[in-house]
Amino acid sequence: MNRIIKTSLSALFVASALSSCVTVKEYQKSRINDSEMELSARKSEKFEQSFYLYREGASGANGGKSGGGCGCN
Amino acid sequence: MKKIVLTVGLLVGLLKGVYAQTTNDKEAYEKRKLKIEEVNLVSGYYGQDGNNSAVTGGLGTEKLSDFANSIDLKLSFIDRKSRQHFINADFNIDHYTSASSDNIDPLTISSASRSDTHVYPSLSWTVKDDATRTSRGLSYSYSTEYDYQSHGFNVNFAKISKDNNREFSLKAGAFFDTWMAILPSELRPAGYGSAAEGDRDPVAYKPRNSYNLALSLSQVINKRLQLLVTVEPAFQQGLLSTPYHRVYFTDGSHTVEKLPGSRFKLPVGVRLSYFLGDKVILRGFYRFYADDWGMKAHTANFEATYKITPFVSVSPFYRFHNQTAVRYFNAYGKHGPTEAYYTSDYDISGFTSHFVGTGIRLAPPGGLFGIKQWHSVELRYGHYLRSTGMVGNSVTLAMKLK
Repeated sequence: MNRIIKTSLSALFVASALSSCVTVKEYQKSRINDSEMELSARKSEKFEQSFYLYREGASGANGGKSGGGCGCN
Repeated sequence: MKKIVLTVGLLVGLLKGVYAQTTNDKEAYEKRKLKIEEVNLVSGYYGQDGNNSAVTGGLGTEKLSDFANSIDLKLSFIDRKSRQHFINADFNIDHYTSASSDNIDPLTISSASRSDTHVYPSLSWTVKDDATRTSRGLSYSYSTEYDYQSHGFNVNFAKISKDNNREFSLKAGAFFDTWMAILPSELRPAGYGSAAEGDRDPVAYKPRNSYNLALSLSQVINKRLQLLVTVEPAFQQGLLSTPYHRVYFTDGSHTVEKLPGSRFKLPVGVRLSYFLGDKVILRGFYRFYADDWGMKAHTANFEATYKITPFVSVSPFYRFHNQTAVRYFNAYGKHGPTEAYYTSDYDISGFTSHFVGTGIRLAPPGGLFGIKQWHSVELRYGHYLRSTGMVGNSVTLAMKLK
């Protein structure tokens, strides 16, 4: 039951965020295009993502490597 | 000292190359020749210590240090159909020392992975077509270290909406790995090698294949807010246990770790970036993870960037991670001898971790120290603390040349 509520709330959040979108013109994107607004991980997080991959069991969905290659130690 | 001299030499060489290229940018564009888009140099140090080494069955030192360097080069050119091609070459090397790996074979001085170098280059090619608003790409990656080799292949596709506010992307990848099955010295059958230099006895090689799919949707919500949702199912099969990890049973006997030959993972992530006022950028990340080994995890990351000036910013951050143990985990001496699968690797145990730190970034409009091509530099430090008692520290320096 708890899981259903959590999933529903997450879906509701994403749906409400997407439905409240407005069309943003290119000339209105000065803030969206700021280099620090990037939706991917920063370059400086590259090696942090490697150690999460080896030191924690959960991986993926963060823009980093999610399998293969090892480097495990 | 040698490393510093080499790094400075490499940097000067690159700056010279970028400068030579930039002076010809206009001409190069008209002739549709190859152009350097950007070069990223990243160096990092990571060190950790703890007392739950998997090599010694869940007890003993986890002391490890890793010095990593990477250079990635992004090139572009425009073809006759006005499509933009991007070529990305990425070279990574890290050198690590691991105190626990020395316990695989305490009698052999050159035991595998006590000190090792991991090299992993990759090459990718992406074609961006503005007419169809699509991008298509291919990439190949290779990874090698003492006991491991990997070949990775990826294909990707992305389509952007007419108003440039929404993008859907799909990425599929396969990694084909070969692992040298090094066993702890006391558990080797007669005639089985140690993998140390000079030992001619053979060691078994085992495969491990990974298949990943990544689907993501990014959306500009308004002038200040954008969001990304990602689902990345992954499937692995082959040797998924580490052969030199020991496991100790309740009856005092011991053997090597044994885990199932396949694993299905399902992570779902959401990222948000919000520009608050004129000086603050808030970035958030949340991931839910579940797999068929019984692990569930929640990860949340929050970062607040404050722009001291438009070109200098500080970014304190905090990351929280909580995971449940896989159903095959138990501590030292706690596994029953009749269990089908067993591990005492604390990386897949249940724990909570915290990672806290800050970054500082400089990106002056005229380039750093008057060097026009030196676009930005970023220094980042973080302290990692795990509820198992393990602590770590990470320092990264990232530079961008354009």
